[in-house]
Amino acid sequence: MTQPEPAAAPAPVLALEEVTKSFGNVRALRGVSLRLHAGQAHALAGENGAGKSTLIKILAGVHGPDSGTVLLDGRPVSFAGPAGARDAGIAVIYQEPTLFADLSIAENIFMGRQPRRALGRIDHAAVREATAALMRRLGVDLDPDRPARGLSIADQQIVEIAKALSFDARVLIMDEPTAALTGTETARLFAVVDALRAEGAAVLFISHRLGEIFELCGSVTTLRDGALVATEDLDGLTEDDLVRRMVGRDLEELYPKQDTASGEPALTVRRLTREGVFHDVSFEVRRGEIVALAGLVGAGRSEVVQAVFGVDSADAGEVEVGGEKLRPGSPTAAMRAGVALVPEDRRQRGLVMEMSIERNIALTGLDRLGSAGVVRRTLERSRAADWAVRLQLKYGRLSDSVGVLSGGNQQKVVLAKWLATEPGVLIVDEPTRGIDVGTKAEVHRLLTALAADGIAVLMVSSDLPEVLGMADRVLVMHEGRLVASLPRAEATEESVMAAATGRSSEEAA
Amino acid sequence: MKGPIPRTDTADRTDAAARTNSANGADAVATSGARPGAEPGGGAGRFLRWDTAVGVLLVAVLLAGGGTTDGFAEITNLSAALNDTAEIALIALPMTLLVVAGQVDLSVASMLGLSSALAGALWDAGWAFELIVPLCLLVGVLGGLLNGWLVTRVGLPALAVTIGTLTLYRGLASVVLGNKAVSDFPESYAQWASYTEPVPGTFIPYPMALFAVLAAVAAFVLHCTAAGRSLFAIGAQEEAARFAGIRVKRIKLVLFAVAGLTASFAGIVYTLRYGSARADNGLGLELVVIASVLLGGVDFNGGKGTLGGAVAGVLLIGVLNNLLTLNGVSNEIQVIVTGVLLVISVLTPRVIALVTERRRRRAATAA
Ligand SMILES: Nc1ncnc2c1ncn2[C@@H]1O[C@H](COP(=O)(O)OP(=O)(O)OP(=O)(O)O)[C@@H](O)[C@H]1O
Ligand SMILES: [Mg+2]
Repeated sequence: MTQPEPAAAPAPVLALEEVTKSFGNVRALRGVSLRLHAGQAHALAGENGAGKSTLIKILAGVHGPDSGTVLLDGRPVSFAGPAGARDAGIAVIYQEPTLFADLSIAENIFMGRQPRRALGRIDHAAVREATAALMRRLGVDLDPDRPARGLSIADQQIVEIAKALSFDARVLIMDEPTAALTGTETARLFAVVDALRAEGAAVLFISHRLGEIFELCGSVTTLRDGALVATEDLDGLTEDDLVRRMVGRDLEELYPKQDTASGEPALTVRRLTREGVFHDVSFEVRRGEIVALAGLVGAGRSEVVQAVFGVDSADAGEVEVGGEKLRPGSPTAAMRAGVALVPEDRRQRGLVMEMSIERNIALTGLDRLGSAGVVRRTLERSRAADWAVRLQLKYGRLSDSVGVLSGGNQQKVVLAKWLATEPGVLIVDEPTRGIDVGTKAEVHRLLTALAADGIAVLMVSSDLPEVLGMADRVLVMHEGRLVASLPRAEATEESVMAAATGRSSEEAA
Repeated sequence: MKGPIPRTDTADRTDAAARTNSANGADAVATSGARPGAEPGGGAGRFLRWDTAVGVLLVAVLLAGGGTTDGFAEITNLSAALNDTAEIALIALPMTLLVVAGQVDLSVASMLGLSSALAGALWDAGWAFELIVPLCLLVGVLGGLLNGWLVTRVGLPALAVTIGTLTLYRGLASVVLGNKAVSDFPESYAQWASYTEPVPGTFIPYPMALFAVLAAVAAFVLHCTAAGRSLFAIGAQEEAARFAGIRVKRIKLVLFAVAGLTASFAGIVYTLRYGSARADNGLGLELVVIASVLLGGVDFNGGKGTLGGAVAGVLLIGVLNNLLTLNGVSNEIQVIVTGVLLVISVLTPRVIALVTERRRRRAATAA
């Protein structure tokens, strides 16, 4: 399979010709063609709901196209499901991690193709060793024997990446693999992907962080509303050009941060500790302030905010909201005190996937949708409709189950669900994960406006530009400890990264 | 906020759709540009819902029974048929709520037996019936709380817990009453539970009249209140429910307590209806209850189902059994019929899904 000269008359390894696909009345793809060549990395860009994931699922054999063909080495194929695509050497990282919660990381990676010993017994030692090797290659520290349950979204994403890398794929397809990763993990991933590409693999990459597209890929296909806008080289293109192709207009400021006067402390966290996860974490967030919690994947950021909100218990320490001590371990009490948490894992924690859009939005405020516990459906629907407009949700009907929305649109529903509680303290964990640039700007504007209204915002984000662009103050965590608190003026890429990787804490000590 | 919301083609369209929705309320959504059933197969599931189908089937069986079987349509027979399902019907209400929340209670029939045995033993000992009833109900609540406590605090799965208490409560019933049978309960109470004295002017016996009221209450709670919504959320995705501030543990605890309470009340009804308190009353009834609920389209995995469907399921099994009895079909065969119905009810949606998926794939490859 060694192609000597990929540049000369390159026949695509995998291609789509004039593919259309509809779901009910939603036309997800309309006559889209795409070619992937050996040794080249190609990007797929487009707004939320543009049809990117649908295209990938057709390439991977998850969906059959309504019309058009999938070509493998120039021959039409119709994969019998994802296993067929895998056997053809196509590795796919789907947008949402789909791990078996009760299996270990190693078992998840080698599911269905474990190395065997005599009598068909699974060779557990080999599975574990191969997994450890993959983790070393990705430069992450994950125990192969750890069960998938309880892994952060970023770690789950890394396991999915390892799964895709674990067999010698000719085609590597990645649907927003970096959405939950910080720069450090992303850089490692790109190094590995570059190596695979140099060995002749064809790569298809999706990301809403446009910088990453320029970093990894040589060419790009842009979709808008399911239709192909352009396929072109990235050389000579700017991010602004790309945005214009995606949304059909110029974009306003991505980080529209207003300066706001901060008031009294709204959220005070004192010496919060959870053994083995985070230690002695103290900070406060004032009214009108946006505080970012930065750090590497696994630093314990999500764990801290979950303990603050009470969905996880803490072993020591206390949380005060507006001067009143919060009952520990009770999300209901936290909500009553005006705290909202937008969790990072939308599939398990943020949304009830099989419930409708409107019911998901209503779930956090059921008692406010009528009197005496009765839910007034007209009110429920009109609220949902209002939020749909505000967040530019792309959907068929509000009664559709939220699971059929595109990833970014699901994220908007989670945001709506929590913003609808009109919180005094808003905690957001990766608020723009998987959200396109246009809406990202809108979410940022929303956060700024909320802060200007006197709401205290605590934001966990792996997107460093977002942290720097939006925060009044940046708290940095490293290995379960708060190691730095940087005011906006002092927060730079260097200072935050130094603290996050533990360099500044050594200096300070 | 700075500047207007950026508008794109997509934004405009959703925008317009959403605005129609909010302006016209409920029915606007169906017309917001959606073409119902545009996806082959997708529409069928939406328009022929399983619970409606069971309701239609129930009516069909009633009509067919009236046409083919002598004595079926008579008032006394209908009253008797209804009353024969009284305990199943009553327990099916909390069972529906439990299953929607992704839980199940297998100990209900044992609790029915325990309540019956306790009533018998106390009556035998000369207690006033007015004292016996509240005491039995109290025991029911306590038994339910024990189930709920083991599920929510100890964190065991409901299936495992209630298999255990199924044995425990039946064992306690035997301890309380041995293998005696106690009868001669007060006439006034026995009449209340009898099909021969229906609610004046109707053919509905009192236990079933009470059931009708409770069913309406349960349907209202499940489909119109915040608590009902929470049950669906817990059943579909417990973690997301917890993150939304829903008190998952408390709700489960209350559900199990209500199931225990209802089961013990059903034990009293059973005792009065048959005029006999025995430790083995209602043996195996939990399976009929669960079968009825599932037949009514409530998803055993939680998160889906309607109370109306469950009620239709209960009545369908009751009416079928009555028809089969009138036609001289033996008890064993009746059990088989129930079993076959259940298997069909579980299989049919799967088969429909498979067939439509296959047809869709074939259409796709043909195109
Ligand atoms: N299984 C499905 N049923 C119904 N509609 C679907 C289904 N899958 C996708 N869609 C719809 O198809 C459209 C395209 O979705 P897709 O997931 O491909 O978007 P995307 O470009 O990946 O967006 P994002 O950036 O948000 O991930 C959306 O409007 C979505 O709601
Ligand atoms: Mg997507």
